[in-house]
Amino acid sequence: MPDTAAMNRDEIFTHVQSVLEEALGADEEEITLDASLTGDLEAESIDFLDIVFRLEKTFSTPDKPFKISQGELFPENLMENPEWVKDGQFTEAGMDMLRERMPHVDFSEFEKNPEVNKVAETITVKSLVDFIERKLNQ
Amino acid sequence: MRWMWIDRIVSFEPETRLVAIKNVSLAEEHLHDHFPADADRDALPIMPAPLMIEGMAQTAGILVGSVNRFREKVILAKIVNATFEVEVGPGEIIEYDATLERIDGNGASTAGTVRRLRPPETEWEVIGRVDLIFSHIDHNLAGLEFPEENFVFSDNFRTILRAAGLEDIAEA
Repeated sequence: MPDTAAMNRDEIFTHVQSVLEEALGADEEEITLDASLTGDLEAESIDFLDIVFRLEKTFSTPDKPFKISQGELFPENLMENPEWVKDGQFTEAGMDMLRERMPHVDFSEFEKNPEVNKVAETITVKSLVDFIERKLNQ
Repeated sequence: MRWMWIDRIVSFEPETRLVAIKNVSLAEEHLHDHFPADADRDALPIMPAPLMIEGMAQTAGILVGSVNRFREKVILAKIVNATFEVEVGPGEIIEYDATLERIDGNGASTAGTVRRLRPPETEWEVIGRVDLIFSHIDHNLAGLEFPEENFVFSDNFRTILRAAGLEDIAEA
């Protein structure tokens, strides 16, 4: 069982790499920090569920369970508010919501053309590492 | 033929574990196609591995469904891992032992051990592992319409619950 509180970014990355190797059948060398889960590693929606389950298992310790709530890591129900989406694109309000809900994702490229059906591509291996690092330090 | 790949539930620990068995019989058609005799060899009737994955999916699916009293439509979404070490033939019994690892609104993951018993032997032997992920489809395929009735857990599966004395874990 890893001492998760003392983990540095490199160690987190190594664990994330093994999770993605197992969940997506991806090769270690493909799983770089910049790799997009859906774009480069060919993750499908159900793989996100698998990844969440595996991350919880990997980063939980008997003293400190690592629990990821629904929608915490990957966005859900993005269409529920008409103020967030217009003509298939996120509005400014929608982008604000995304930045707030998902501080682990870098939206700087995406916001130039914020198509709703491409939002999953913004999630990279780095997003996962940032998410876990932030959560372990809470 | 009915799409029922378990015969009986033999153990149930709510929200934790469910164990079911299947008797493999020469009366089952698929055994004669898998594999028939040809010019080079005799017939080799063995239980197809994909149907053993289905057996585990039905076992684990009932376990997952029981958590929400079968209100959710529980669909097999991903075979995380499936390995079988040996074959199972007619007259043998397969045991599917499924444990629930994680469940939330979106779905669940299960870990499973497959064993076989070869009468007259009396010791169960571990022959494989099948780990699965299930989706609660009404939550994951938003926008797609599914029938309101739960087509996953149909009368066939209620027969299995009844035989195990577990009818009361399902909603009427």
